[in-house]
Amino acid sequence: MFDNLSDRLGATFDKLRGRGALKEQDVRDAMREVRIALLEADVALPVVRRFIDAVTEKAIGQDVLRAVSPGQQVIKIVNDELVRTLGGDPDEEEGAPAPEESRLKLEVKPPAVVMMVGLQGSGKTTSTAKIARYIREKHGKKAMMASLDVARPAAQEQLAVLGQQADIATLPIVPGQQPVDIARRALESARLQNFDVLMLDTAGRLHVDDALMAEMKAVAGAADPAEVLLVVDSLTGQDAVNVAKSFTDEVPLTGVVLTRMDGDARGGAALSMRAVTGKPIKFAGTGEKLDALEAFHPKRVAGRILGM
Amino acid sequence: GGTTKLTPAQLDEIEDALIVSDLGPRAAARIRDKLEEHRFEGGADERAIREQVAVEIAEILRPVAKPLEVTAFPRPQVILVIGVNGSGKTTTIAKLGHLFQEDDYEVMLAAGDTFRAAAIGQLKVWGERLGVPVVAGAEGGDPASIVFDAVKQATDIGTDALIVDTAGRLQNKRELMDELAKIRKVLGKLNPEAPHDVVLVLDATNGQNALSQIEVFKEMAGVTGIVMTKLDGTARGGVLVAAAEQYGLPVHAIGVGEKMDDLRPFDPDLVARVIAGVA
Ligand SMILES: Nc1nc2c(ncn2[C@@H]2O[C@H](COP(=O)(O)OP(=O)(O)OP(=O)(O)O)[C@@H](O)[C@H]2O)c(=O)[nH]1
Ligand SMILES: Nc1nc2c(ncn2[C@@H]2O[C@H](COP(=O)(O)OP(=O)(O)OP(=O)(O)O)[C@@H](O)[C@H]2O)c(=O)[nH]1
Ligand SMILES: [K+]
Ligand SMILES: [Mg+2]
Ligand SMILES: [Mg+2]
Repeated sequence: MFDNLSDRLGATFDKLRGRGALKEQDVRDAMREVRIALLEADVALPVVRRFIDAVTEKAIGQDVLRAVSPGQQVIKIVNDELVRTLGGDPDEEEGAPAPEESRLKLEVKPPAVVMMVGLQGSGKTTSTAKIARYIREKHGKKAMMASLDVARPAAQEQLAVLGQQADIATLPIVPGQQPVDIARRALESARLQNFDVLMLDTAGRLHVDDALMAEMKAVAGAADPAEVLLVVDSLTGQDAVNVAKSFTDEVPLTGVVLTRMDGDARGGAALSMRAVTGKPIKFAGTGEKLDALEAFHPKRVAGRILGM
Repeated sequence: GGTTKLTPAQLDEIEDALIVSDLGPRAAARIRDKLEEHRFEGGADERAIREQVAVEIAEILRPVAKPLEVTAFPRPQVILVIGVNGSGKTTTIAKLGHLFQEDDYEVMLAAGDTFRAAAIGQLKVWGERLGVPVVAGAEGGDPASIVFDAVKQATDIGTDALIVDTAGRLQNKRELMDELAKIRKVLGKLNPEAPHDVVLVLDATNGQNALSQIEVFKEMAGVTGIVMTKLDGTARGGVLVAAAEQYGLPVHAIGVGEKMDDLRPFDPDLVARVIAGVA
């Protein structure tokens, strides 16, 4: 058993080559290894299928059949396609800045509203504070945060504590106030106090929960966000497709935040999210502390998905 | 009459459906192999195939179904709850507390997560809702010392179950895993049997990394059982099938919502039917 796609493909092609010249069918067979690698990395099955079709055509069209090391050639094709699908440029130097599309678009009449949505426990509240801090450090803009989470015990308190830790203003808590009203109050308060950005943290919700999905839509309607970021756990498995589809259908998503990239998951959810939402991945969360937020680097993530 | 075997196309379809339920490619392939051998008496229509898939999965899951019971003597039974960030530990503690209360056991909670913002506040709200004492210290304090206090108090008043919350930690963080080992050691100081249970909380929306979570938490923290949360969504938790085959750890219960009564016994036949798409 090989954990590394490189070893796997090498072994497959060595075996094939022992039989003589490679045939088109051999490339198709090798793609089965790529398929398993992607599935083990938790890339969603429909996304894997489309991806494999695309790279198979490319591999057959290029000179894999006559290549000195066809395994390496296939890996290059797969890797480059992964990088492109994730929004990157495979030929870019290591250390190049993150792709343009992954930058926050905050150039609107202030306050620019950034709304965070996602499943329960995905990392929304923590990412809200991280991004508010990032905006201050990288964009030189002043953000206020408000929690619209009236469901989870001590959720608003959690955001307030994070605000204190990072020295970011939070909207005072009014017990009993409902999400849309909190959003309105936050907007007014941010306007009056001349904040550049208003971060709205929302309660975690399942995409099958109609009432909460309607609430999220109502908040988006009232707050007219410049950015709606779907916060997704990089440990997510096949359910990524359902999540991506339903949130895309309900709110105008502008990007994805991938959390817990400091874990050892292969992070195939990145590919699923990108492919299904069509939206760029804007940030990677890399820890529990508030400075653990990075711009998203497609090349690094592609290598990780392939286990190399 | 006559018996039918499945065609490669039918087998492919089953394998794909299992992968979509998060069984992972290897466990899915093993079930495919079993079905390849199976002879369907009286035809293999969609329904019959799915029923057979459910049979195969239930067979794997049945041996691991085992509720969490309060049996420790002397009291308290100490239950340490661990897992990666955001998996549902604190909420599951509230649910377990509620379950035990329904059986007339006295419950105490310990706020061993001193790290995450307002984690103590969150557990205290649950403690109030349940009407049970919560032993807590200051945010940023040493979890081991809070846990020590809690065991002492629970032992003094003879509480039946002490459930200990811990901070979320990814299993590849060495330091944080060492901290768990320390908490375990401190628990054992007052009662060598403690912790009686080490419950790993797994998020059903997680994919194949859940297997690595089980492996590492088992090795480093002595997991004795699993609760899987968030099965009220569309995730089906097929990782449990691969986990049952590889690790055989008991599965105690499943979480199906955010409220304290949203905990269900782990019913292997039902979960098998959900994964197979017949329930
Ligand atoms: N290791 C790690 N932990 C993270 C990261 N982002 C968030 N967390 C942790 O994940 C857990 C859940 O984070 P929250 O921010 O509370 O998640 P949420 O989406 O707001 O949760 P709900 O409001 O309950 O839906 C906390 O323990 C965070 O510290 C990350 O990038 N890496
Ligand atoms: N839908 C659903 N949500 C759940 C379930 N269990 C927990 N949650 C939600 O998941 C989120 C995280 O739950 P917590 O109990 O705070 O998770 P945790 O593991 O203690 O998180 P950290 O302490 O930050 O690591 C909360 O919003 C919970 O309400 C469940 O079974 N179903
Ligand atoms: K999660
Ligand atoms: Mg939150
Ligand atoms: Mg917790």
